[in-house]
Amino acid sequence: MQDGGRPKPVLSVEDLQVSFATEDGIVRAVEGVSFDLRPGEILGIVGESGCGKSVTAQTMLGLTRASNSSISGNVRFHGKELVNASDEDMQSIRGREISMVFQDPMTSLNPVYRVGDQIVEAIQAHKEIDDAAGKRRATELLASVGIPNADKRVDDYPYEFSGGMRQRAMIAMALSLEPRILIADEPTTALDVTIQAQILRLIQQLNEERGLSVILITHDLGVVAEVADRVLVMYAGQIVEEGTLDEIFYDPQHPYTWGLMGSLTRLDQPPPDRLPQIAGAPPSLLAPPKGCRFRPRCPHAFEKCPEPPDLEVRVANAAGHADRCWLDPKDKKKLREVEGRIGLEVPA
Amino acid sequence: MEGMGRFIIRRLVGMAAVLFVISILVFLIFNVIPNSDPAQRIGGKNANPELIARINEDWGFNDPLPQQYVSTMKKVFTGDLVSYQNQRNVSDQIEKGIPVTFSLCIGAGIIWLLLGIVFGYLSAVKAGQATDRSLTILALIGISLPVFWLGLVLQYYIGNKLGLFPIGDYVKFTEDPLQWVNHLILPWFTLAVLFIGFYSRVLRSNMLDVMDEDYVRTARAKGLSERQVRLKHVLRNSLIPVITLFGLDFGAVIGGGAILTETVYNLPGVGQYAGQSVASLDLPPLIGITMFGAFFIVFFNTIVDIVYAYLDPRIRLGAQAA
Repeated sequence: MQDGGRPKPVLSVEDLQVSFATEDGIVRAVEGVSFDLRPGEILGIVGESGCGKSVTAQTMLGLTRASNSSISGNVRFHGKELVNASDEDMQSIRGREISMVFQDPMTSLNPVYRVGDQIVEAIQAHKEIDDAAGKRRATELLASVGIPNADKRVDDYPYEFSGGMRQRAMIAMALSLEPRILIADEPTTALDVTIQAQILRLIQQLNEERGLSVILITHDLGVVAEVADRVLVMYAGQIVEEGTLDEIFYDPQHPYTWGLMGSLTRLDQPPPDRLPQIAGAPPSLLAPPKGCRFRPRCPHAFEKCPEPPDLEVRVANAAGHADRCWLDPKDKKKLREVEGRIGLEVPA
Repeated sequence: MEGMGRFIIRRLVGMAAVLFVISILVFLIFNVIPNSDPAQRIGGKNANPELIARINEDWGFNDPLPQQYVSTMKKVFTGDLVSYQNQRNVSDQIEKGIPVTFSLCIGAGIIWLLLGIVFGYLSAVKAGQATDRSLTILALIGISLPVFWLGLVLQYYIGNKLGLFPIGDYVKFTEDPLQWVNHLILPWFTLAVLFIGFYSRVLRSNMLDVMDEDYVRTARAKGLSERQVRLKHVLRNSLIPVITLFGLDFGAVIGGGAILTETVYNLPGVGQYAGQSVASLDLPPLIGITMFGAFFIVFFNTIVDIVYAYLDPRIRLGAQAA
């Protein structure tokens, strides 16, 4: 994808900061996250549990607003500023212009209402439509996401659906009003691998056929590799690397990304003696490390690291590929090569 | 809904079995309690041993227990049960008490269910704020007040001193509807207070749990207003245990369980009759009232199970819940 003359982003996040006041102190869940979502692209946000990816996503829809949360920054969608938008404005956008599906389809549907009724509810929240017409539309939607016997299934209760079917129903519900953006927060994490493949294919299909822009959040690099166009790697509340799928997988610039790549098991290479890990654990967001947040776990840390690095493009000829690392890009190719593959350990 | 039919039949059969066991237990208990010698009661204070022996013979108290049980149960079903204390027919007495007890319990039940839900909902929605804290304190006070104490206090201060409501007694609805209400207001409130406190806490707790559920987050993400989310998703799911609780509590009081309230306010209902019979250890009314009460409790228990299955579809087929 060329970066020169790119189309206007459909969603633009600028310096998003989200923190929560808890009994133990203030948790800085998201610190200075900025990115664009381009029309028709699938943007993967990848990172460990607790890195802030879900909070970022939920904040875009205003779902983290609470008496103990503090949100600043900009989320620009369609000329509207979402961070401080009124509740009514947000309600009008949710489900209609930006939709979200969540991680656990088993618990994401209300168990006491029929699946069809819940889809109709999503439609009626924004559009005047009578119950019969709504039900017809719900049946169509279920069929369009590949649920067999949709006309019977529409009257079923959630417990009568399998996990994969529930997630499809959630996606159908999310797309019922043809939103511009779908945010999928770990949509396949709670499903087994074969179903995972089906759901990803469905998302890809929707993206290709309708030009639906997708933000796909996951901790699974395999999922990202399958469908994403561009990738954000998040760590401890910040974006540490950003680039196209190829750039991230074949020319990663941040040691954390090297660690993620290194911990993948590869079919095309001999199995290692021990599964490589990234030593240590993610920092507490109550008191994140000063300077580069990955420094305590990074074997390549040096004197400059206590100074907080900005997310900048440091690689020549790759305008969209940014990272948050002080290491000289010229050294990185050597540093990241561990036993013939990309990894984090210091080469012997 | 075919599962429902089989479900109902199973519950009804269970109901009959439970009633049977209860009847045996009640019978055995009263034959074991000291001072309950029925012959003495019938014979009166000055009965001599001859009279007692004859009573034992005539009334069948010398028969083996199982035989006595069978004949007592026969009398329960044919309505021939007669008190040892005063020779009055038990079924007639219970029948006379039913309108009073029903008036008290249905009125109180409606009040406590509605107010319990309203207060619980407000507490949950304003959790942590002043409204919630005050309602919590009120609820705890309500739960802690003994019914007889509250009844007496209300009678004294509101009935006697302020003269706002009559102190007790019952006026038939057919005689004077306004006075019927007037005489029942204090009893309704007295009986309801405990339940209002309890139900508001239960609903509050359920709602706070449900608010954290994933499907509530989904509802919000669909663009529903906060009010719609609260009513259609949070309240609807939180009410299920409250409704079932109501069924059980209501069944208990309507079967003659409001003994204290009826006694304090001198309402001649089944509860008052029960209180009197316990005080005099009079077996026939006690068997009659216990069966009456047990029937209602088991009946409402069954209704509650059926309603629960209706409200929560996962229960209907049992095994398939998530």
